[in-house]
Amino acid sequence: MPIATEQGNTAEKKNPAVIEVRQLGTRFGSHVVHADLDLDVRQGEIYAIVGGSGSGKSTLLREMIMLHRPDSGSIRILNTDILELAKAEAQALRQRWGVMFQHGGLFGTLNVRDNVGLPLREHTDLADEVIDELAAWKISLSGLAPEVGLQFPTELSGGMLKRASMARALALDPELLFLDEPTAGLDPAGASGIDALVRSLHELYQSTIVIITHDLDFLWQVTDRVAVLGEGKVVGVGAMAELVEMDHPVIRQYFDGPRGRAAQAQAQTESGEHHHIRG
Amino acid sequence: MLPMLSPADISQPQDGLFVLSGCWTVHTLAGADQKIAAIGNSEAVEVVIDGSQLATIDSLGVWLLQQQCKKIRTAGRSVRLLDWPVNSQKLLDIVENQIDIPVLRAAHRSFLEKIGRNAEAGWQGMFALLSFIGECVLALVRIGLRPNRWRWQQVFKYIEISGFDALPIVGLTAFLLGIVVAYQGADQLRLYGASIFVVDLVGYAMLREFSPLITAIIIAGRSGSAYAAQIGTMVITEEIDGMRTIGIEPVEFLVLPKIIALMVALPLLTVFADLTGVFGGMFMARSQLDISYHEFLARFGSKIGLSALLIGVGKAVVFAAIIAIVGCYQGFRTKGNADSVGRQTTRSVVQSIFIVIILDSGFSVIFSILGI
Repeated sequence: MPIATEQGNTAEKKNPAVIEVRQLGTRFGSHVVHADLDLDVRQGEIYAIVGGSGSGKSTLLREMIMLHRPDSGSIRILNTDILELAKAEAQALRQRWGVMFQHGGLFGTLNVRDNVGLPLREHTDLADEVIDELAAWKISLSGLAPEVGLQFPTELSGGMLKRASMARALALDPELLFLDEPTAGLDPAGASGIDALVRSLHELYQSTIVIITHDLDFLWQVTDRVAVLGEGKVVGVGAMAELVEMDHPVIRQYFDGPRGRAAQAQAQTESGEHHHIRG
Repeated sequence: MLPMLSPADISQPQDGLFVLSGCWTVHTLAGADQKIAAIGNSEAVEVVIDGSQLATIDSLGVWLLQQQCKKIRTAGRSVRLLDWPVNSQKLLDIVENQIDIPVLRAAHRSFLEKIGRNAEAGWQGMFALLSFIGECVLALVRIGLRPNRWRWQQVFKYIEISGFDALPIVGLTAFLLGIVVAYQGADQLRLYGASIFVVDLVGYAMLREFSPLITAIIIAGRSGSAYAAQIGTMVITEEIDGMRTIGIEPVEFLVLPKIIALMVALPLLTVFADLTGVFGGMFMARSQLDISYHEFLARFGSKIGLSALLIGVGKAVVFAAIIAIVGCYQGFRTKGNADSVGRQTTRSVVQSIFIVIILDSGFSVIFSILGI
């Protein structure tokens, strides 16, 4: 007996959808990962996808950024059906989003500045000096010191690696930003630094941000809406304050642990001061 | 598909007034970065930049524009932005504040400095290799006293992987080498009517030199590289650290079984290479010089002493130790990323073949002094 997806009130219909996933089906052999999964991300929102291990979040992300092809259903991103694209169109579309990978995904043979400048060098005709300046700026925008630009990815700490990866994702001023586990493996100070970074970049670029995360504090502090994956579909969507009121067992299980309560208490004592609410 | 984007354009209806139009984004700016220089070159006391015709502008467009504004301001004149879209204001401000961000350059290294650095790295690498050899010997002594700590299963596994599995390639290569040696010798020897000496040529050349050398080179490429890649990957995935923390010496667990296995396998492979190599020479001798198998073997038995075989096999034991040690050593030197695994693997092969050939020539000198 399927349980209908619970929708929170913040799922406003004002902004057009930039990502529309319909009846998505994915399986690996006999293991069903997604069954009829529907999901909408609206323009300009910070949208998080959460779920237990093996709930198919990472696969969903890989499908959205065209690294994995789903078995059935459709995915529309920026008004384009990404499952029916010619190669050239797919390349053009890829330049309109940026992806920050969990472990950076930076090229080990290039220093950080060349990593950040690579998309610009590859896709534009700009002069090398302008690219270097822009890359240096994006690095500082991501909260890294200028010296980091000359370092190689192996010389960076986990938090710096994520920031560098963020700088590269921002290289082409993407309309859409995918962040995979932006705070995983960071100390609390590093994680809240990333919280602030995501918020400030969102304010600056007004781009749509889709985040895969496990970090409950991050969910409370940064996101506009959160989708909980379970049983192969989205079992609930809404702002965190709405999600914690929902009854679905998967959602309850996810948020009812002591950590979930602590994060909620923390967010509520800060009384919305940080938890920005946009209309 | 991409929405229709009008290209970035710039016009100057009157002196000092610039009107930007179209999309000033990464994808549409091609060429406009040249035109925008006109703003910075303007002689007007107050430059006005009208943004009302702009479709969109992204950080790249803002960056290029602010560069021009900075140029005007440093010349002591002023810039006014007229009718700009509200949502680009924040970007404009941020870029204006950060336009001076320094672009650091990596320190340039002179040719001499590079030579010096490489020499020092080579020198230190040699010491590190020597100390690694010492570490292996110490570990060998340590477990030599306690035979129950020998990892026989590992040893046999590596004998199978590095020895038995290499039989076909080593056998075929040596066979072809035997043919080549006999073929090259045949022409010369026939001139002098000394065809039968092809037996001595093939026998000594294969047993003393070519079999051990070609076997060592094949195994260095085949197993030395595998050792380096295996250990290198384990370094990166922190398996080596994990091993140390639970009290297993990586040298004992990973290196010694490989060295011992290879020191068993390589001499045996060399004997096999001797067999196929001599057979190759024998085959060629019959077809080119009409020396029958019987005749060949009779002379082989009376002329080629046991010492030739033993010298070859003895060299193979030393080569085996070198290949295994260098392979493992380079594996442990891996640092950081996947790129490094590839580099160390290459290095292990190059270095072990190089050392093997140096040692081989050293052996030749020693044996000739000793008159063996």
